[in-house]
Amino acid sequence: MPDKNKLGVGLFLFSEAWFFVTLLIAYAYFHSLPANGPSAGNSLNVLHTLIFSICLFASSATIHMAARSFERGERTGVTGWLSVTVALGAIFLFGQAREYIGLFAHGVTISTNLFGSTFFTLTGFHGLHVFGGLIALSTLLGVTMDGQLGEVKPSGFESIAIYWHFVDAVWVVIFAVVYLWPLVA
Amino acid sequence: MKDAAIPGPTAIESFEQEAHEGWLAWVSSVDHKQLGIMYLLGAFVFFLVGGVLALLMRIQLAVPNNHFLTPQMYNQIFTMHGTTMIFLVVVPLLVGMATYMVPLMIGARDMAFPRLNALSFWVQIFGGIMLYFSFATSGINGGAPAVGWFAYAPLTETAYSYGPGVNYWILGLLGIGVGTLTAGINLMTTILTMRAPGMHIRRLPLFVWMTLVTGFLIVTVMPILNAGLVMLLADRLLNAHFFRADTGGSAVLWQHVFWAFGHPEVYIMVLPAFGIISEVIPVFSGKPIYGYEVVAASTLAIAFLSMLVWAHHMFAVGLGHTFDIFFALCSMAIAVPTGIKIFNWTATMYQGRVRFTTAMLYAVSFLLMFTIGGLSGIAFAVAPIDWQLTDSYFVVAHFHYVLFGGTALALFAGVYYWFPKMSGRMLDERWGKVQFWLTFIGFNLTFMIQHVLGMFGMPRRVFTYPPLPGWEAMNMISTIGAFVLALAVLVLMINIVISLRSGEIAGDNPWSAWTLEWATTSPPPPENFTRVPPVNGRRPLWDLAHPDRTDEMLARAAG
Repeated sequence: MPDKNKLGVGLFLFSEAWFFVTLLIAYAYFHSLPANGPSAGNSLNVLHTLIFSICLFASSATIHMAARSFERGERTGVTGWLSVTVALGAIFLFGQAREYIGLFAHGVTISTNLFGSTFFTLTGFHGLHVFGGLIALSTLLGVTMDGQLGEVKPSGFESIAIYWHFVDAVWVVIFAVVYLWPLVA
Repeated sequence: MKDAAIPGPTAIESFEQEAHEGWLAWVSSVDHKQLGIMYLLGAFVFFLVGGVLALLMRIQLAVPNNHFLTPQMYNQIFTMHGTTMIFLVVVPLLVGMATYMVPLMIGARDMAFPRLNALSFWVQIFGGIMLYFSFATSGINGGAPAVGWFAYAPLTETAYSYGPGVNYWILGLLGIGVGTLTAGINLMTTILTMRAPGMHIRRLPLFVWMTLVTGFLIVTVMPILNAGLVMLLADRLLNAHFFRADTGGSAVLWQHVFWAFGHPEVYIMVLPAFGIISEVIPVFSGKPIYGYEVVAASTLAIAFLSMLVWAHHMFAVGLGHTFDIFFALCSMAIAVPTGIKIFNWTATMYQGRVRFTTAMLYAVSFLLMFTIGGLSGIAFAVAPIDWQLTDSYFVVAHFHYVLFGGTALALFAGVYYWFPKMSGRMLDERWGKVQFWLTFIGFNLTFMIQHVLGMFGMPRRVFTYPPLPGWEAMNMISTIGAFVLALAVLVLMINIVISLRSGEIAGDNPWSAWTLEWATTSPPPPENFTRVPPVNGRRPLWDLAHPDRTDEMLARAAG
């Protein structure tokens, strides 16, 4: 029978996917309508966000490396790759905060217009998920730095890794829909 | 034959119950049986509250031009009645029954995640308390939400609902939603990873099967509601624009989001009821279920189709012909797998040795009443009929036949069937039959006439009406029926109190049933089983009692 921790996290992420799909549909629907004022095309800096996005995408590879080190029982590998993952996640959040502050400075907020409402709700909830993932990763890092790898259940480690990959994958979709769509259109 | 080991949580995960006594033992419990009972009791309390709200409405509507309630109060009351009955009564009752029964029926020690189980329950309860707290908000715009249970925009926006009632509604539902979602994850994981050896997926009791599919629906659609709720909350508290047509938002988007959740939710509320019926009817017919595979497979078909029918709630919006036709066809198609089940249950009773216990009476009346609700549902799938009858009392009659005539009657069957297992004592059959007939008569008196009332043009959600021909008498009949129903609930409470004190001792298996929950003591010990019986078929206790005529042998003999 399947591992209960991994299955539980899998089902949780399945439901999270529907949550983001609903927010994405709202974004896409309003984006497809003609509108005045701030929009993805005239307010977002694709290049800046791409740089920070690459950090998040790279962190999927580093958590994978951490998981491989964990399987082999190499403690330094685990703590090293986990630290890099946490750092990359934190850099992404820093980038998001920087982007938000820039938008606020130009008067673009959640109440400005539909772009603001949908953009901040969608990316804000994604940011919250990254933040939650950072807490889980930091906890994992603390435990592995402090003691033996045997104290961490393999399925627990893998569950957190699956969650992190999911957060990453959601950003791939959001980046494509929010940042790349205006370039194509 | 060899006895099987019990899969269960490791020592770290199971908690030390001895540490607490009395109330604290319940509040701190992570045991699925205690949590199951708490779910049922909590939902029953909300059932009484929701029932009182219904009686207030029926008193107001008993005579034309009545001023028992103000229009504002009436709007709050029907909103709270609907929200309560769906989110705080029906779903928690079904989740509670599954929480208690699923681990027992699959031969497990507890749920997959016992602590998450406690979290689900408490978050759900606090969500309910949060919702009711809205009554305590005062001022000219205070009070409970007055927007109906599906809370259409833009009525829910601050321009039209200035008070905090809708905020409480959103936050309460988010709590309830998270609780239900985590319960769904937990039930699914339990069923997929904690089964006793030999309990293949094709041998699961049908109640467990239905719970598995319900869990899947919960995990899929609850997040859609949650997403809708956070968007609405952003509109109300952060001045966002999602559903505000005046600033470019879309009120119809809310309808899509809500019903994309809302219609599968209907099946979340009815599939476990199908499961209860699929346990009760075979046991009291003395025959295994007719067409086990078909019952399970048609459930999957229902779950799939249920996600493609939501816009039949929106025919009156004017979405266009293609759209209407697609959703009309899907809505008619979903009646097919549902209808098949009715035949499965009827065929199970056919030529069986039927024992008309109270549980069985409820199960049989479920078949009749649910079929009526299903037929009026098919009528609604025809868009022009929907245009004619939408927002009339015909709708009210239809969904009460599905949710009361369907789910509630099945739940009563489940209560009479499983009460002996949960308490160790039988529920009294004489009181039970009194309750059954009062329920059956009261229910039909209340809601049958509402079909006619709807066809005569009475709209739902109006606080009063002029003395039009026929309306007066029909409303009075409906109100009388509601009070008969209330009496029936009173009888159930009397029966439970009396039976808990002096009911007949049940023993392990009072109904000669076949599923694993009847293999242990009543009530079961904290660890559920000392030994799980071997599972070689769908009816392990039958096989145990008839080693010369096991299901396997019978199947082989039948070819």
